[in-house]
Amino acid sequence: MKLLIKNGHLIDPAANENTGMNVLVEDGKVVAWLRLSEDGPEDAEVFDASGLLVAPGFIDLHVHLREPGQEHKETIASGCSAAVAGGWTSICPMPNTKPINDNAAITRYMIEQAEHSGLANVFPIGAITKSSDGVELAEMAEMKSAGAVAVSDDGRPVPSAGMMRRAMQYARDHNLPVIDHCEDKSLSAGGVMHEGRVSLLLGLKGMPALAEDIDAVRDLLLARETGAHIHIAHVSTRGTIEAIRQAKKEGVNVTCEVAPHHFTLTDKAVEGYDTNTKMAPPLRSQDHLEAILEAIADGTIDAIATDHAPHHADEKALEYDRAPFGITGLETGVGLAFNELVHKGIIGLERLVELCSANPAKIFGLAGRGTLAPGSVADITVLDPELKWTYDLAVTRSKSRNSPFGGWEFVGAPVATFVAGKHVYSRSK
Amino acid sequence: MEKPFHRKDLLGIRDLTAEEITGILDTAESFREISSREIKKVPALRGKTVINLFFEASTRTRTSFELAAKRLSADAVNISVSTSSVSKGETLIDTALTLDAMSPDCIVVRHSSAGVPHQLARISRAAIVNAGDGTNEHPTQALLDAMTIREHKQRIAGLQVAILGDILHSRVARSNIHLLTKMGATVRVAGPKTLVPEDFEYLVEEGLTVAPTVEDAIEGTDVVMILRIQKERQDSAFFPTLSEYAIHYGLTQDRLALAKEDAIVLHPGPMNRGIEIASEVADSARSQILDQVKYGVAVRMAVLYLATGGKAPE
Repeated sequence: MKLLIKNGHLIDPAANENTGMNVLVEDGKVVAWLRLSEDGPEDAEVFDASGLLVAPGFIDLHVHLREPGQEHKETIASGCSAAVAGGWTSICPMPNTKPINDNAAITRYMIEQAEHSGLANVFPIGAITKSSDGVELAEMAEMKSAGAVAVSDDGRPVPSAGMMRRAMQYARDHNLPVIDHCEDKSLSAGGVMHEGRVSLLLGLKGMPALAEDIDAVRDLLLARETGAHIHIAHVSTRGTIEAIRQAKKEGVNVTCEVAPHHFTLTDKAVEGYDTNTKMAPPLRSQDHLEAILEAIADGTIDAIATDHAPHHADEKALEYDRAPFGITGLETGVGLAFNELVHKGIIGLERLVELCSANPAKIFGLAGRGTLAPGSVADITVLDPELKWTYDLAVTRSKSRNSPFGGWEFVGAPVATFVAGKHVYSRSK
Repeated sequence: MEKPFHRKDLLGIRDLTAEEITGILDTAESFREISSREIKKVPALRGKTVINLFFEASTRTRTSFELAAKRLSADAVNISVSTSSVSKGETLIDTALTLDAMSPDCIVVRHSSAGVPHQLARISRAAIVNAGDGTNEHPTQALLDAMTIREHKQRIAGLQVAILGDILHSRVARSNIHLLTKMGATVRVAGPKTLVPEDFEYLVEEGLTVAPTVEDAIEGTDVVMILRIQKERQDSAFFPTLSEYAIHYGLTQDRLALAKEDAIVLHPGPMNRGIEIASEVADSARSQILDQVKYGVAVRMAVLYLATGGKAPE
């Protein structure tokens, strides 16, 4: 089966290309780049990408798919469906399923469910410790053999520095990145939003930025000592950013991601007590948001990852301090990146593709992805940077609607998604 | 004449203007004498329904609201939800919609979680009155404190007020700070730094300072407001022991002597005698604690009246 993505503007930072180009796909792989004047083989199906950007498929390093265990919130199939509609051809689900993805059987199950749905690729993240209890190491190497690409205890970060050190030593042995949700729970316990003026005004218990900074600094020191690859998830504070910037200078093997809501909203959004503004780490103050934008612009931030965290409406329709943490993000992440980063001049299109595809592929070592160089997998995201659209939660593909972005207007969107050459999504006109 | 209160709900003092606050206090003044009549009832709210929805235990506030409603001839229903709505499988929203379907005119709500009145106000047709939400606000308490201060000092603007104790977890302190600073008073707060963090000053634009010591806060003030120490906080290690607290932070006769000679003492109750307030202070002529309770009914009458569409006196 042949496919020609025709007349598009190819942006492939990993291959150092940014030009009008036809991309020829055969049997799920990119086989050649052709000049715009070249039509390719006659038997190729043609996708007309005139006026559109053609990018290597976007890779979301941080999602929650809720299967197994909480299928009323999201299934792997519904999550994959939301992913491709949001421009993501690959997604990496965190292990906080029920039971926890702390063994090869669950890892395999997740991959099989994704293959069955035939939409996005799913690269699971395994637990660092059994049941993410922080006590005994999980079978990381077995999970890796089954297809896991990294390890993390996600929202239950390993409390003991001694355990984390051992986990890093072991993960390094197996060439697995250790993903760190940085939160010292002794500082953030009971908190439901960023600690600052707004939490004072709203009478809600705060989670200080310090809770993130302290854990990040601890784990950066451990990474420096162990030589492990540490990937800091959803960076949200100036302090963490400064620590990462410094660690990178010193040669620590560290990468990091930022979530779209953290470069879009501040804690002011919590006014009104809408539980769809509650997530961990929380929406921070303007100063932290500015630090994030600087870090996106100067290259300190390596990736954009949505932290898509579906919860059923009944679970979110609670008192602010009782509602669960997390918002959905797969369908709005790219739109927010266009609105807040590209159209505001923080980054260019090339850097956008780097943050959403080239770098994520490198960070988790996803061979043959993050680029459309001939020979690579034909995961392709086609974007229209000027398309105006409104996010309608009533038609979300996720099983959950816990987003603060319902009704938001965007300029710029993914308009078509291909996974291994298969056309899995087209935005309806 | 314009009514002073242009809103559907009373969610907090933070949203109010000084004019609105004055309007509520003036309305409360006009209701004061009803409670001293032989027949303590006027027909102002006849045919209106008030639901007191209390998710958190309360005797004083609930009784005060109930009496206020009844003295205005409203039909008052008390609902105490002792267990959380979560444990019954009913969401907060379900509870609100169920009650709203019975067409009450006003729902008075108290809840241990901040923001619940705001969440209910978005979905309810009835006026929502906040009777205390978590550590956020307790607007009618601040209004009755203001009424007490006005009674004894004839004004609020220009006064110096000290608020002492667990500021961090106190909805009474927050509502009072908003009200007093909006009305032109200056407020000093003090207590152990674990309960009175220095950045609490950011709560309002101006008029609030965190005093270094309790003595600094009391020095030369017109009003000393003491907050209740919640004994369970002691388990959270905010301070070592109640006896140490009493010695270093409690309002004793000696400390009160630093205030102005005619300074009054307020406490939202119930008091822990011998801990945050010495009995001699609580029982002294300076103490206006029972006036606070008295004015509580008048203030709540005013709030219920205005929230259900009544007009302030000309």
